[in-house]
Amino acid sequence: MSGAATVSASEANKLVWEGAIPLLIHLHDSEVTTLPPPPPALVLAPRLGYLPLLISQLKPYFSSTLPPGVDTLWFEYKGLPLKWYIPTGVLFDLLCAEPERPWNLTVHFRGYPSNLLLPCEGEDSVKWSFINSLKEAAYVINGNCKNVMNMSQPDQVELWRSVLNGNLESYQRVSSKLKLVTLEDEYTENVNAVPTASQENSGEADAPAQVKSGRIPVRLYVWTVTEDFDDLESAPQIDNWDKVSYINRPVEIHKEDGKYFSLNDAIKTLLPEYFPASSFGNLGDVSPNQRDEGANTCDPDPSSLPLENAEIKLVRIQGIEPCLEIPFSWVVNNLMNPEYFLHICICLRVSEVNAVQ
Amino acid sequence: MNQKESERNLIPWDGALSSSDFFCAASAFSEKWKRFNPSVPPWLWVPSPKHHLLSSHKEEGYLSLEGMCFIKSSEDQKSCRSQTWKEESSISQEEEAVDNAALVQSCFDEVNHYDFHIVYSPSYRVPVLYFRSYHSDGQPLPFDEIEKDLPNHSAKIHLESKWTFITQEEHPYLNRPWYKLHPCGTSEWMKLLFHGDASLNKNGFVIEHYLVSWFSVIGQVFGLKIPLAMLETVSC
Repeated sequence: MSGAATVSASEANKLVWEGAIPLLIHLHDSEVTTLPPPPPALVLAPRLGYLPLLISQLKPYFSSTLPPGVDTLWFEYKGLPLKWYIPTGVLFDLLCAEPERPWNLTVHFRGYPSNLLLPCEGEDSVKWSFINSLKEAAYVINGNCKNVMNMSQPDQVELWRSVLNGNLESYQRVSSKLKLVTLEDEYTENVNAVPTASQENSGEADAPAQVKSGRIPVRLYVWTVTEDFDDLESAPQIDNWDKVSYINRPVEIHKEDGKYFSLNDAIKTLLPEYFPASSFGNLGDVSPNQRDEGANTCDPDPSSLPLENAEIKLVRIQGIEPCLEIPFSWVVNNLMNPEYFLHICICLRVSEVNAVQ
Repeated sequence: MNQKESERNLIPWDGALSSSDFFCAASAFSEKWKRFNPSVPPWLWVPSPKHHLLSSHKEEGYLSLEGMCFIKSSEDQKSCRSQTWKEESSISQEEEAVDNAALVQSCFDEVNHYDFHIVYSPSYRVPVLYFRSYHSDGQPLPFDEIEKDLPNHSAKIHLESKWTFITQEEHPYLNRPWYKLHPCGTSEWMKLLFHGDASLNKNGFVIEHYLVSWFSVIGQVFGLKIPLAMLETVSC
């Protein structure tokens, strides 16, 4: 998305909140009891939403043909049961290397695969999964979840409602009370906003860095290929969740004067095993308790030394493939999900022995 | 004492661990556990599964204790519940023994099996207990049955905070639903256990004793107790 840096923060947020995936949803054959079978349902699913929340739109399409029983909604894509707690947009970005529009999914109302998928008791389950993620993000950013735990009941309700309905204004009203400040966005020219003190300072070359050190909640979904592919259509299909490495690890930022921290830098700090040449090294464990290399009971293991250099084939966030040199602060401030996590889908090219199989 | 160490002694400890510290803490814990609990299965370090991107990194992984059996005494189940944890393999031997307090009618089907994993959370920077429970035939236990196995105080806490105490989540490595004890608050009470004494944070003392102290609290959710002797190595 060239020219991303010239899109103001509020514009980018709006675009993200308006993002939606057209879904063509087919009822699984085993659950069709009438002839002719019902046509598939065409539904526009918000990127920031979750698939089980679509039940109210889907039920009317299929209720007359379902076999008797209790509804236990679940979705699959090409045989892969979909994890309902992953935002819809992330599932799409991950599983459709070549974006499929509309995205053809199969829906089930029976036979929930509870050995594979977490149970879902409808909207409540999704809401609590969201709140727990928000608490985790708050903990990463602030070192505690007090602000989320202390949210008033009306605020909690409004927050969830705003996510349900895709209402950015309402969301910003409640979420700003949480005071979850990640990074100052020093690279975006926000011509509409009143310049704050920090923005004015960052214009001066001698001013100290305004970005404080911090941790950013990130969820990486990494899949590997061993052979190069020229176009996304020939990328291998993910047919098993074991082929995706889910890495739920915060990015640690230590702002150095004069340098900015790019998206590329952020990804490399999260995958130190694959990017040994990274000048930031392994920041993942920096803490006041960092052991002295020499005086500890466990010596660094030679087998934990970095491996080969992998090649980043594809990085997708909110459906876009950002230029990797983009400032990470911009990505964080504009492409984050409402629970304050940045979800990044990555395809790495590695050698055979290091592939995720 | 070099400068780095002396600096560290001044910084108040926040009750948390880095992931490499966790690896060391895990080694120390499993070693102590074996020493003080010889009749119980050991905690094993399981490196990141083969299919995971980080599987080549030896320090990525978790502690595993599997095949613990919870035996209910069918007498007095509501009030004075006697909880006995046994190793899977010792159960079949006990079937012969006539012991009314432990096994009545040798109902092997009534034995619930538990697997425990201690997994590090990079977000909370503390260990997290994951567990799952199943019948002898492998069928997973529904939560209301697990609740019956828990000591009364645990069941009560869960009742009060259904979605925040014990939650069902995907295991970070295994792509399957497990239960977990929510880690929010762990670093707070870990700090208390070490009396917020920053001077303890030297020569790896905290790291070595972290999991013993942690487990002495967490284990109580399940009525799993640490032998006093093991705890005594921590007090100072």
